[in-house]
Amino acid sequence: MNAATSDSPRIGVYVCHCGSNIAHMVDVEEVRAWAEETLKGEGVVVARDYKFMCSSLGQELIQKDIRELGLNRIVVAACSPHLHEKTFRAACEKAGLNGYLCELVSIREHASWVHTDKAAATEKSKMIVAGGVKRVRYDEPLDPLRVPIHKRTLVVGGGIAGIQTALEIANAGYPVYLVEREASIGGHMAQFDKTFPTLDCAACILTPKMVDAGEHPNITLLTWSEVTRVEGSLGNFQVTIRKKARHVVEDLCTGCGICTEKCPKKVLDTVFEAGLGYRKAIYTPFPQSVPKYPVIDVENCTYFVKGKCKACQIFCPTGAIDFEQEDEETTVEVGNIILATGFQTFDPRRIPQYGYGRLANVFTSLEFERMSNAAGPTGGEIVLRDGKTKPQSVAIVHCVGSRDRRYNNYCSVICCMQSLKFAHLVKERTGAEVYNFYIDMRTAYKGYDEFYQRVLSEGVNLVRGKVAEITDAARLPGEEGKLIVQVEDTLAGRQRRIPVDMVILSVGLEPRKDAYETAKLFGISCSANGWYTEKHPKLDPVATMTEGIFIAGACQGPKDIPTSVAQGAAAAARVLGHIQAGEMSMEPIRASVDEARCSGCRICNGLCPFNAISFHDDRRVTEINPALCQGCGTCVAACPAGAISGTGFSDAQVMAQIEGLLWDVRV
Amino acid sequence: MNKTFEPVLIGFTCNWCSYRAADLAGTSRTKYPPNIRLVRLMCSGRLDPTFVLKALAEGADGVLITGCHPGECHYLEQNYKALRRYHLLRRTLQSLGIEPERVKLVWASASEGLQLAEAIREFTEEIRTLGPLRWNAQAELRSEEVPLEAVP
Ligand SMILES: Cc1cc2nc3c(=O)[nH]c(=O)nc-3n(C[C@H](O)[C@H](O)[C@H](O)COP(=O)(O)OP(=O)(O)OC[C@H]3O[C@@H](n4cnc5c(N)ncnc54)[C@H](O)[C@@H]3O)c2cc1C
Ligand code: SF4
Ligand code: SF4
Ligand code: FES
Repeated sequence: MNAATSDSPRIGVYVCHCGSNIAHMVDVEEVRAWAEETLKGEGVVVARDYKFMCSSLGQELIQKDIRELGLNRIVVAACSPHLHEKTFRAACEKAGLNGYLCELVSIREHASWVHTDKAAATEKSKMIVAGGVKRVRYDEPLDPLRVPIHKRTLVVGGGIAGIQTALEIANAGYPVYLVEREASIGGHMAQFDKTFPTLDCAACILTPKMVDAGEHPNITLLTWSEVTRVEGSLGNFQVTIRKKARHVVEDLCTGCGICTEKCPKKVLDTVFEAGLGYRKAIYTPFPQSVPKYPVIDVENCTYFVKGKCKACQIFCPTGAIDFEQEDEETTVEVGNIILATGFQTFDPRRIPQYGYGRLANVFTSLEFERMSNAAGPTGGEIVLRDGKTKPQSVAIVHCVGSRDRRYNNYCSVICCMQSLKFAHLVKERTGAEVYNFYIDMRTAYKGYDEFYQRVLSEGVNLVRGKVAEITDAARLPGEEGKLIVQVEDTLAGRQRRIPVDMVILSVGLEPRKDAYETAKLFGISCSANGWYTEKHPKLDPVATMTEGIFIAGACQGPKDIPTSVAQGAAAAARVLGHIQAGEMSMEPIRASVDEARCSGCRICNGLCPFNAISFHDDRRVTEINPALCQGCGTCVAACPAGAISGTGFSDAQVMAQIEGLLWDVRV
Repeated sequence: MNKTFEPVLIGFTCNWCSYRAADLAGTSRTKYPPNIRLVRLMCSGRLDPTFVLKALAEGADGVLITGCHPGECHYLEQNYKALRRYHLLRRTLQSLGIEPERVKLVWASASEGLQLAEAIREFTEEIRTLGPLRWNAQAELRSEEVPLEAVP
């Protein structure tokens, strides 16, 4: 049905000043007057301008006109539909007009903010308004699709953010799958000894949460597992999870650890111990691992490599070792998904002049965390690479790989605080002379600057300047056998060479190397730096542009533990809102086939990635399943018979908008 | 050629990436020439080639088609379909006597506001160099029954 012909359009046009955001570059009054005058023939009954259309007064202006002037179509020329489309649709609904009869066109993001010539921006704005007016004539009243929400939720990533998310939802009484790719949950936090700014012991505050998550009746923990396939959409996703073979039967294993003890094969642990310590070929990453079941690392296991050994199997008192075990795939149905996949650290080998990997006593921050951890490879002793010598002097370099256009141009947020934490720990445990090299000291947030003051008062030397080089080439007396930190001290205004025994590089935070693949798997997007993109940077930080998929913790950008926890809880609250509502509304943008016009050519049949299109052999016509259609419109564009229409983006709407946009040049 | 020629361009954008890139160009106050007017589609796959012909027929001098990078389409792979149609469309245009360069396809993700602005700037200059699309003039030429060899 052609809406424009069914009722004669009575259109109201509302042009927003957005304070001065629009008005400084677009002559709003001129646009208004032009629309009222020129677009009369298109059905424009009234055109108004207002300082802030999105304010309640602005909305009331529209509502009053709908009631008093009998408007049946609305065009608001203001900001991007991604910001306020919902606002204006809701305003129309309140006045009894279907929200889908309202078009929001952007003269702010797409005109006033990007142009510098006021006359040209004003002309362009008129055309944008004309496009909206032409288009709105073909808008049809629509009802949002109501989709039922499956009560189960999937959380991907069992770091502190994911654990918090899973617990919040589980505690509210709803089932959660928590998928973690490593053998234990815990994430980076499990590697730390102390946490800034309070210096709580990381394990003491994390372990209870891990145990809660492991034992919670509403949490199905799937460790050593990864998501391989995601289908469906908000309310009903089908997710395939691959449980990698542990080679340990969970039902039989009691977690006694005898297998690990008896395993003859030592392997350098580059994950949990950050390369500083060893584990066995059958192992749990750390003593408090959740779950307690070990895994066999088949790449290093003597039996898998050489075909004999089986020490673990021989000694296991419950017969839990199973060398034949295979990967298992399961498909689960969930209503919402939360990604909490965290970060990785910057590889300092990319800055060769810092000597990491070449100079033995240059360490990374993660290595230092393990070294300072009482349960770590050195039993908490801060020592040089030889494993015994206590350093007399230690340099801590901030911002390694961060705030540098050659590597990552952003600030990694936590490194200043983490470097101060290290300074405190080194002082406390070794009494060594400590030098922190920083560009700017960034200690925002509660309790952070106080911690900085405390570390200052402990006698740590703070040198402002970016380290140029770390070398073992002694030039001056006193430099022999030392690492020399070459830096321009920008406060003292001179070059300095500071000899030390040990250097710790505070490496920055980066998106995981597979973050992009994971984003693609779940259909969300990444920022230019590779962090997951939130729906709105300020107002919707845990939602994504894909309905039903949320993000929490450091996968969204560098952040500390308190913020990761807060985001985890926030994402959980959003999901619980969905679950409790029982159903959610979705944009009713769907394609449908007019069977009478379908010629049965089947051109469209292979185009749908969601398998929404099927062909009825008996009637020789195509049908689209609205529950599967996601509304991309590809089939609509392809049908040579014009038999497929797409709601919200019909041919008539787009064609009319093009006409409007070219109002001034139409030939 | 007329130095003051200001091309009029239509840009088709995808709701998930390039339209958001345009929004981002706005919020970050990145500047580009005002010649382009944007239409939002849900996906570059929605781009019916007749939309492009319509824009050219209605007076646009060039059409910029934008979508998510290959592999990043919100609907998985529909931008590949757009890519195929694009090549077909350029050939069709050529056979109609329109320079295929008047239609251009660029990929821009939601975070590439700067890149999109740059692409718009570039395209504006390209069409400026190409000059106005004189579709009607050519049609008139033909209707006047000029000898074939006189048709450019
Ligand atoms: C050296 C260092 C010291 C720090 N010290 C402090 C401190 O003292 N105080 C503080 O507040 N913050 C500190 N931080 C910051 C802190 O580490 C982060 O805020 C926190 O770890 C973020 O938690 P997360 O759960 O988002 O990510 P992570 O801890 O990275 O956890 C993510 C989890 O997801 C899993 N995962 C990833 N991808 C997948 C996938 N595709 N499928 C399944 N599972 C996956 C990972 O294996 C991991 O278990 C420090 C950081 C560093 C590097
Ligand atoms: S509607 Fe948009 S443009 Fe207008 S005041 Fe509100 S935010 Fe600003
Ligand atoms: S392309 Fe159009 S005509 Fe051909 S089968 Fe699909 S709906 Fe029918
Ligand atoms: S959603 Fe952007 S091209 Fe398909």
